[in-house]
Amino acid sequence: MTDDVNDLYQEVILDHSRTPRNFKKLENANHMADGHNPLCGDRVTVFARVENDVIQELSFQGSGCAISKASASIMTASLKGKTLAEVQSLFDQYHVMVTTGTPVDATGGKLIAFAGVHKFPARVKCAILPWHALMSALKKSPTPATTE
Amino acid sequence: MVNPAFHCHGCHGEGLMREDFPILNQSIHGYPLVYLDNAATSQKPRAVLDATRNYYERNNANVHRGIHELSNRATAAYENGRERVASFFNARSSREIIFTRGTTEALNLVAHSWGRANLKAGDIILLTEMEHHSNLVPWQLVARETGAELRFIPVTGDEGLLDLSAIDSLLAAPVKLLGMTHISNSLGTINPVAELCQKARRQGVVTVVDGAQSAGHLPVDLQEIGCDFYAFSGHKICGPTGIGGLYARAEIMEQMAPYHGGGEMIQDVEFTHSTYKEPPHKFEAGTPNIAGVVGLHAAMDYLDCIGREKVFCHDQELALYAYELLTRLKGVRLFGPQKGRAGLVSFHLNEIHAHDMVTLADQKGVALRGGHHCNQPLMKKLGVDSTSRASFYFYNSFAEVDRLAEVIREIQKFFGCAAA
Ligand SMILES: Cc1ncc(COP(=O)(O)O)c(C=O)c1O
Repeated sequence: MTDDVNDLYQEVILDHSRTPRNFKKLENANHMADGHNPLCGDRVTVFARVENDVIQELSFQGSGCAISKASASIMTASLKGKTLAEVQSLFDQYHVMVTTGTPVDATGGKLIAFAGVHKFPARVKCAILPWHALMSALKKSPTPATTE
Repeated sequence: MVNPAFHCHGCHGEGLMREDFPILNQSIHGYPLVYLDNAATSQKPRAVLDATRNYYERNNANVHRGIHELSNRATAAYENGRERVASFFNARSSREIIFTRGTTEALNLVAHSWGRANLKAGDIILLTEMEHHSNLVPWQLVARETGAELRFIPVTGDEGLLDLSAIDSLLAAPVKLLGMTHISNSLGTINPVAELCQKARRQGVVTVVDGAQSAGHLPVDLQEIGCDFYAFSGHKICGPTGIGGLYARAEIMEQMAPYHGGGEMIQDVEFTHSTYKEPPHKFEAGTPNIAGVVGLHAAMDYLDCIGREKVFCHDQELALYAYELLTRLKGVRLFGPQKGRAGLVSFHLNEIHAHDMVTLADQKGVALRGGHHCNQPLMKKLGVDSTSRASFYFYNSFAEVDRLAEVIREIQKFFGCAAA
């Protein structure tokens, strides 16, 4: 495969897409939102438990391509313990990175694996979908945890 | 079903007429382009490009307005195009042909002009579960407006045939309209439209056939099919984008109200009301896509020069060959009938999402489509969120199908699937 492809499907992305982390419903979530990419049918639901403006727990469910699954998995693994302000800042940087290739700062850890996405304009949406779902979940006022 | 008379003579697995398609002769990401996304849009031969160019260079003017020479030529070209479409589909008269932007606009025209005037609460619009969104959403809109109800002829599952076991009761009153695709763009199924139209007609049910995938891909005789409406797109049959049409049986077209209002479609305009031209002109408001019609005319001539039986037979052989090769791969689930299919294959790979599949195939020069193919409800029913699709036209070759299979194997390997 070409360098571009190997940039897109880095080992860490393939790994997270095959065995996604935090791939479950969070029973005591107080924020939740769905994301949907009608173009390819990717669907993701993001669950978050936020206390004192800090992300305590994060998980997701859904179906989608390797990029969107890995993006959700790495996102949930990267943001635990971050404040809402830090999450916003990482989202902004991540957004710039997947559209231009400019990497997020080192605190972003594995997020940098998605820098190669910018060479595949059709796939930017896949990489950003779980983040949009998360941001819209966090924007909603917290709901009491449901267990239904 | 497929007419057994279309026996293939003379296609020996080579792509036909490839030299007429400049676009096919290029590399994509360092590999020869293998264009297998023909169900989305076909490529255009030089004859079509030249015709459009010649029209703009020599004859361009507005139609039906001027009395100068160029306008006369443009009008003649436009109306000759209408004659050509009528003969291409064996309509009784060119007066039964309305030019539209394509299938989608044609189907919306039917839903809007015929549907709103003829449907009421309690009526049933019968569609199939394999309709493209463009033969579904317009009916949803009309149903909401009129109170009519939507019902569906079921699809049998992965095999992708219409389940016609209960068709007689499904077609019983108060069904007013039967809408169905001739060929499914996501399954490759060829539906028995003539048989269904005949049944519908006996019950007084009006019929709409979505011909987006059948026009230009097999011989279509509208008098034989016996439908009231047939919609098609020029861009899928070697013609330009932005042109297509609607066949409407003369008797039904005459009773229909206009679709869009504006210039070209009127006879007399007062401040508070107007009278309209005779059909089909009353359905064509505004300056039409004249160059598009010229290109479409050239495309139809071109296709008939090859012969649509031959095109059909060639595409079908490629699809059967692809089906055969793909069944041999592990972890591949194929959709649509094995026999009597049109020139496309739709498949799902274990553990590899169609989106990843299509990105990686593209990196090898192979253009596929991945997604729900504007058939979301059908995909849901089949239990997949998307499929990958390879769709063929006469210029594709067996070697390209071999390449497809090879690339799929490489992609499986890349994703570490045991299957490879
Ligand atoms: C079966 C079917 N119907 C309708 C359409 C819509 O055609 P267009 O986009 O040209 O209006 C398509 C094209 O994708 C199709 O495959």
